[in-house]
Amino acid sequence: MSSETIVPPKVVLAKPIKSELLTQRVAAARWFLIPMLVALAVVAGWPLLRSIYFSFTDASLTDLYNAKFVGFKNYISWTTLKSGRTIYSGLLVDPVWWNAVWNTLRFAVVSVFFEAVLGMIVALVLNAEFKGRSIVRAAILIPWAIPTIVSAKMWAWMLNDQFGILNDLGLRLGLLGEKVAWTAQPDTAMTAVLIVDVWKTTPFMALLVLAGLQMIPKDIYEAAEIDGVHPVKQFFRITLPLVRPALMVAIIFRLLDAMRIFDLIYVLTPNSSATKTMSVVARENLFDFDKFAYGSAQSTLLFVIIAVMTALYIWLGRVRFDGGIDRCSGVIPRQPPFICWCW
Amino acid sequence: MLWSYTKTTAFYMLVLVIVVISVFPFYYAILTSFKSGTALFQVDYWPTSFSWDNYIAVFSQGAFPRNLLNSVFVASTTVLLALFLAVTAAFALSRVRFRGRSLLLMTILGVSMFPQIAVLAGLFEVIRALGIYNTPWALIFSYTIFTLPFTVWVLTTFMRELPIEIEEAAIVDGATPWVIITRVFLPLMWPALVTTGLLAFIGAWNEFLFALTFTSSNLTRTVPVAIALLSGGSQYEIPWGIIMAASVIVTVPLVVLVLVFQRKIVSGLTAGGVKG
Repeated sequence: MSSETIVPPKVVLAKPIKSELLTQRVAAARWFLIPMLVALAVVAGWPLLRSIYFSFTDASLTDLYNAKFVGFKNYISWTTLKSGRTIYSGLLVDPVWWNAVWNTLRFAVVSVFFEAVLGMIVALVLNAEFKGRSIVRAAILIPWAIPTIVSAKMWAWMLNDQFGILNDLGLRLGLLGEKVAWTAQPDTAMTAVLIVDVWKTTPFMALLVLAGLQMIPKDIYEAAEIDGVHPVKQFFRITLPLVRPALMVAIIFRLLDAMRIFDLIYVLTPNSSATKTMSVVARENLFDFDKFAYGSAQSTLLFVIIAVMTALYIWLGRVRFDGGIDRCSGVIPRQPPFICWCW
Repeated sequence: MLWSYTKTTAFYMLVLVIVVISVFPFYYAILTSFKSGTALFQVDYWPTSFSWDNYIAVFSQGAFPRNLLNSVFVASTTVLLALFLAVTAAFALSRVRFRGRSLLLMTILGVSMFPQIAVLAGLFEVIRALGIYNTPWALIFSYTIFTLPFTVWVLTTFMRELPIEIEEAAIVDGATPWVIITRVFLPLMWPALVTTGLLAFIGAWNEFLFALTFTSSNLTRTVPVAIALLSGGSQYEIPWGIIMAASVIVTVPLVVLVLVFQRKIVSGLTAGGVKG
């Protein structure tokens, strides 16, 4: 008797018809995918391979095709002098490059940290019920909608050493003793870049976190309220653990994004070695200094670093690719205009 | 009572701070763009003088109108191209099971994580070889690298949510996959297409690195590059008023679009068809 109830009633399927339909669909799918795949191969795959190839040659901007293969010379090479001293040269011993690596890492970690904290605060505010919530939501969309170049220029003007409003405000409020040349001085240039980046990208973070917050069932808070749990404790024991997946996705996307920052630094603090990042240095070598192969080596190294980070992320986060793309993490931010769909 | 009053006040103070910080730089740019002459170099928190000089200068000197046209052309063509390629690909990726599908999705995700600088050297070579260097087509071509993975990914997510019953009904009526896409899914997908297209448009509109590298003359530049390279007579004479006017011109349409579509962006992916 019991054996009858256990047997799963699933074996009855019209197999032949289904598979015919299936073949047709799979064939169609192939044709639908080919244009996209060709496009991606031409704009991404091939150029990437060529960039990596150039990094092993002595190519120059004016002479791309007669480049000779030089092995790892751009990365590292050494010559031993008669005196027995060995002199190393190449990317891996280049202080300018390591300075750029350090700048990039510093920028990425600090900016993402502040964006996460402030984004969390803004998201908590937006998650509360209050009059004028839609105005706040509209307002925080403004930094996000402004092009990076434009925001860099706006802030460059506000941070201007002589006529900038921030120096004026700082003097009036007594926060500053004297006018500061924010973008020009080496010790404040990075701060200036961080301020602008945090201002610009916190909204993105807030929207992603807000999406996570809105998925938390309200009755958990009701139960906590009845049990008399203090709001601060509620935040650390309920909100933070439950919003963590959304927050982590946002943080990792932002980290990957921050690692390749170029435009803000190029415009806000040009020529300041205190803020030059890997992308800025690589482009300089590629197109300004006529060290095309050397620049290719730098961009290849940056690619490797980001690829390793991405692989780690996929491995650690166990992103499910089949049947379960997370609706919020599915949107990949490259340029600012990326938003989560489920606020 | 007093405690709750303080709490409400503190909360609204926080709200005020958030709004002011978000809006102020844009407000200040508008304020500056309407100043001219020496008024520019006085710090004002409220409008004190008003003149159209900067706007007139932006449109009369230099190639700014042409840059605007370039930006509009490049961004819209890029979006149309990406949407066209992405709709069919998204159908295949979301509604058809085949081997290697998850690998493919992973590759697409990987491409969208690419640092642009990693392909810059190779793209430069391809663009030179195609003979499109310093034309809008160089930008349309290169922008595909970030608009296409993004649109494919979002549309795949969206299509997966469409109820299977709609498609089954179409199959029973003898519809081919192409008919299913164009006649059944597309009408349901307008909201998603609009929002995805809008986001890709903003991405292309704001792009800087490729635009800076693949164009070399005033007439072919897009707006972000034009603004970045706007300069005065000497290094010390930065025309802030004109830069701010140009910035406002570029930003106002975007801000309006985003504010108008903020509801659409929200509902974009939930509005199509029967909600699963």
